[in-house]
Amino acid sequence: MFIQQLINGLMLGSTYSLVAIGYALIFGVLGLLHFAHGEVLMVGAFMGLYIILWTGLPLYIALPLTMVVTGILGMIIQFLAIRPLKKNFHLAPLLSTIGVTIILQNLAVKIFGGYGTRFPDTIAMDNIMLGPYMVSSVKLIIMGISLLLMVIFYLIIKKTKLGKAMRALAESHLTAGFLGVNVERTVFLTFGIASALAGAAGVMIGVSYSAISPFIGLTFALKGLVVMLLGGMGNVVGAMIGGLILGVAEVLSITLLPTEVNLQDIFSFGIMIIILIFKPTGLFGSKQN
Amino acid sequence: MEYILSVATVAGINIIMALSFYAPFMTGQVSLAQAGFAAIGAYSAAVCTVKFGIPYIPAVIIGGVVAGVVGFILGIPALRIKGIYLLLLTLGFGEIVRVIFINIEYVGGAAGFPGIPYQENTFFYAYGLVLILIVCFERLRNSRMGRAMRAVGDDETAAEINGINITAVKLKAFAAGAFIAGMGGGILAHFQEFIEPLMFGVMHSVEYIVFAIFGGVQVFWGPIFGAIVLSFVPEFFRFVQAWRHEIYGALLIVMMIIKPEGVITNDSVRFIKKIFRGS
Repeated sequence: MFIQQLINGLMLGSTYSLVAIGYALIFGVLGLLHFAHGEVLMVGAFMGLYIILWTGLPLYIALPLTMVVTGILGMIIQFLAIRPLKKNFHLAPLLSTIGVTIILQNLAVKIFGGYGTRFPDTIAMDNIMLGPYMVSSVKLIIMGISLLLMVIFYLIIKKTKLGKAMRALAESHLTAGFLGVNVERTVFLTFGIASALAGAAGVMIGVSYSAISPFIGLTFALKGLVVMLLGGMGNVVGAMIGGLILGVAEVLSITLLPTEVNLQDIFSFGIMIIILIFKPTGLFGSKQN
Repeated sequence: MEYILSVATVAGINIIMALSFYAPFMTGQVSLAQAGFAAIGAYSAAVCTVKFGIPYIPAVIIGGVVAGVVGFILGIPALRIKGIYLLLLTLGFGEIVRVIFINIEYVGGAAGFPGIPYQENTFFYAYGLVLILIVCFERLRNSRMGRAMRAVGDDETAAEINGINITAVKLKAFAAGAFIAGMGGGILAHFQEFIEPLMFGVMHSVEYIVFAIFGGVQVFWGPIFGAIVLSFVPEFFRFVQAWRHEIYGALLIVMMIIKPEGVITNDSVRFIKKIFRGS
């Protein structure tokens, strides 16, 4: 039973990780909180849904397509709402991305309706026996895809020129610019990559919860923020591990805590407040801001 | 006429909420907990009138005091952190308050708290409070405390070097914001006759931020102006009403790009004063 809950938690946590990586990446490179990141995830969930519904494409094609769309959306957000800002008001990026959040959420309610939409079954529901433990195939596949995306992302950060440029920007925009990094382009692509991961998380959440609504953005944005704090602000690897920790902790809290009180909703916020008060740098250290 | 009165009353409550955001903002603290404080004030005031039969005015004040005390307690740990961390803390707090009220059956839980006595003169009470707040903010502006608050908001280190106790200043500003929001919530509860946890979500806190930022954050007239304009304009243009939130969002982005200091600035206040003096 415990092992089974652990697997459920890792599955849930891997989607949190994907969201939190985007936050951590943008915070690390730009030092700003991208408030609309959750709404990008929500758009990704709906894009995935409609690509599958209208074209009947299988998940492994619909997922990359969605990632491209949300990646472009992220770059548009950066281009329209962040790039034109003047640098003298440090709250400006936060407030303008709050503006983006309001727009995307309300447009989604108008287009898709305020109620939940059922996600089609894209993966055959089989229960696989892993030794003595029964695990559903959907959860295994979600976890597998999430982990694969994280590995790819990690390799991009560590091995490619773009990744090197991002890490240089995280140190200092000015110095990186002097040393020949194309700052504007790298920031642009950072938003693209972060948003593509959020889109993937959106599709995965749609598949695993089998229902989505325009309001899932805020829910998962908050989870992603908790995870980023847990792993350390701007710490990408911390975000990956933090997501898994929160996922497991949440699932265990549902099993272990009394069920009369609806505690799981505030569980993650409780963790967040405790971390903020006692260890604002997170479990794995963070970028000084 | 009744319709206009009701819109004006809501605008008055919005002014109170925008000012409640502005008080901690003066010291550089961005709070996403104002809707949470309003919830605490609304529920406390409603419990006072419905369960204990306490009259309206003391009930609203009790709501404000309860919210203010909670704000003070939250403010103590919040002082150690700032910027984005504080924003996240207040965001988490606002959500926790909402979930806690969902779980308290005594005040109706998720179904909401019905049967709150309707206050006919909400308009006068709301604007009475707005007037009191205007007097307070105006008196604060050039007082030692007001200058200290602005100094902390501009540069904490410089303020501290100049002998300002930044901890005390920030804590007072935060608790004052919570107190104002709590009274706003109490007034709202007795105007709507019904409250539910959904009325106090994060997006409402965001709405108050939009009021304040649109109007301007250099002087307290900014949030007042923003709340009035953004409360009235959507009511009188059907097209605007349907797309109200999208317009709020776009407005916020555009303001950040072209005029992050808001519509009403120090200069415009000076300009208006000069006109009045000149004529």
